[in-house]
Amino acid sequence: MNLSDIQRIAEQEVDFQRGFTHRINVCCSSGCVPLGAFNVLKAFQDAVKELGVERECKVAKTGCFGTCSAGPAVIIDTAERSRPALYESVTPEKAQKIVQEHIVSGSPVKEMLYKSPGSFKKQKRLVLKNAGWIDPTRIQDYIALGGYSAIVKALATMTPQGVIYEVSASRLRGRGGAGFATGQKWGLVARAAGSPKYVVANLDEGDPGVFANRTLAEADPHAILEGMLLAGYATGANKGYLYIRAEYPLAIKTLQTAIAQARSMSLLGASVLETPFKFDIELRFGAGAFVAGEETAILASVEGRRAMPRPRPPYPANSGLWGKPTLIQNVETLANIPQIVLNGGNWFSKTGTKRCTGTKCFSLTGKINNPGLIEVPMGITLREVVFEIGGGIPDGRKFKALLVGGPSGGCLPESLLDLPIDYDSLTKVGAIMGSGGIVVIDDTDCMVDTAKFFTEFCVEESCGKCTPCRAGLARVKEIFDGITTGTSRMEDLAVLEKSGAYIREASLCGLGQTAPNPVLTTLRYFKDEYIEHIQQKTCRAGKCFRKEERDQT
Amino acid sequence: MSATETRRNMLEKVMKEHGHQQSALVEILHKAQEIYGYLSKELLTDISQSLNLPPSTVFGVATFYSLFKLTEPGEHIVTGCLGTACYVKNAEEIMQAIEREFKVKRGETTSDRKLSLFLTRCIGACAMAPNIVVDEEVIGKATKEVVLGKIKSALGGMKIESV
Repeated sequence: MNLSDIQRIAEQEVDFQRGFTHRINVCCSSGCVPLGAFNVLKAFQDAVKELGVERECKVAKTGCFGTCSAGPAVIIDTAERSRPALYESVTPEKAQKIVQEHIVSGSPVKEMLYKSPGSFKKQKRLVLKNAGWIDPTRIQDYIALGGYSAIVKALATMTPQGVIYEVSASRLRGRGGAGFATGQKWGLVARAAGSPKYVVANLDEGDPGVFANRTLAEADPHAILEGMLLAGYATGANKGYLYIRAEYPLAIKTLQTAIAQARSMSLLGASVLETPFKFDIELRFGAGAFVAGEETAILASVEGRRAMPRPRPPYPANSGLWGKPTLIQNVETLANIPQIVLNGGNWFSKTGTKRCTGTKCFSLTGKINNPGLIEVPMGITLREVVFEIGGGIPDGRKFKALLVGGPSGGCLPESLLDLPIDYDSLTKVGAIMGSGGIVVIDDTDCMVDTAKFFTEFCVEESCGKCTPCRAGLARVKEIFDGITTGTSRMEDLAVLEKSGAYIREASLCGLGQTAPNPVLTTLRYFKDEYIEHIQQKTCRAGKCFRKEERDQT
Repeated sequence: MSATETRRNMLEKVMKEHGHQQSALVEILHKAQEIYGYLSKELLTDISQSLNLPPSTVFGVATFYSLFKLTEPGEHIVTGCLGTACYVKNAEEIMQAIEREFKVKRGETTSDRKLSLFLTRCIGACAMAPNIVVDEEVIGKATKEVVLGKIKSALGGMKIESV
């Protein structure tokens, strides 16, 4: 396989797909499979045969569209993707009717279509552009949509510096949470002395309530691999490690298949597409440690050690895996790279805001009508996300808060809903972008209990290496135990605030530095609930002061 | 070949696939747990010798990561997700119901070794919250009734003895 073969495969595959008038995409990702997606897939395969439209219809097993609340989800479209129709809660029994009416008679079954089509209006799909459309287990599907043409372009026409130039021009920032300038990081690794160099792709996604990276890996694994290839080419690395949490068995399987296919087509290996560029990718598994997503901890874990962070400097760009220069990048960041290389950095920088370009994937969960995965341009407001895309709060309840940025993010009240989503705005109000989790909380939830939940999470996940995080968080948890059982005093609130500030300042890594965020933001925006708990010993949501009840059980 | 020998051969094959790389320790421990069900002291010692690593390193890694089981789990495994999305959707109440019904605490196994109850912090199916995993099956939008029913049928409809 050489550079021109990719173009040839793309053309062949496009011709093959144009041979069908319709494409039936059945979502078979982690969200829809438990709801019976494989039975739905089989039902469609049978239905097109029975109704004699087998030659016109391509039934494909795809990844996630993001509309997880409507699963099992099926998209029927023309081969040119001109008239997509999304069916929700599809059952094997409905398949026959859908094929009969939509494909044979040519009119979609209106009553079975997705009920909240408006949720797509404000979205913009760059990272997820192939998600739900391609069969992730067929490399040809990816190639047909322009996949691997970015690495072909880079190898044929660009120098490594040229690739870094485009990435810098895109002003893409790391999607793992900290938002460091990607182009700058690549430049640091490329210039760093020492060899070999490594690329580490971070798919640890340990934040509970977040599943963007899982969805990406299950829906479009080759975009991640191509991003890693481009990163390797640009920085001079010949080896990539893709670190994925073991809780994602389907994503692991999909990536294993993708890597094997890429190797068999010499997209990975000793001579990528018959050029002198050598690059291979190995999977490394997590084993249930939240802290492993931290950039120095992930290195320890890839090396087969306990995932414990270490002080920086030296930064991984100079001294990473086995002391060698290492580029660590979240997989969502990497999945943006092929399009930046293909269309140019300037093209990319037109989406989003001036300081935060591009899009961001958010996992929308909790008390919301349309939970699922969304991708929006940077700068969109939280209100648009919750009420327009998310469809508001179910059961006629009232919005109370949203947690953005996972267990180390912040709890923001309704008054901040008009905040634009970008790294800097979120940090200013005490939250973080994090890995893009948004959990909506309604008026039946207690903010004190929520902050306590996150604190308990961080206590359990603290690696114990530094005192502020290990001992400080344990003390914070004790105070919460007091507040929620009625044994605390008002003075404890000042202790909470002080401890939070100390832990934030003095902890070694991002886990400790951000762990007090939920406590500090709830104290800032929902202090009345704390006071109510302490002075009146009541919880308006009825979540706290239930200790005795629990003990009896 | 005895079952012990077969399992040992499978483990050897896995280590060989990884070229006995010390850096593949986590992957090897995953496979070992898959083959043996849990990581016993003897097994960890064996792995440390095969990879030429100090036993302290191997034990250190095995105890650090929460997915590694150091004691033998029960015949059936129920894992409740207490990630944020599941917590907000009242997964805690379902967990308490399981604990009450089957007289087992989280992280523990019933005395007849039929059922183990574990916790996880997110399986990434948050839009389907709350999620409970019964053996291999993920139950999304779980309710107390459905989960208790599934566990009972997994246990063969038998009411298990109390601890």
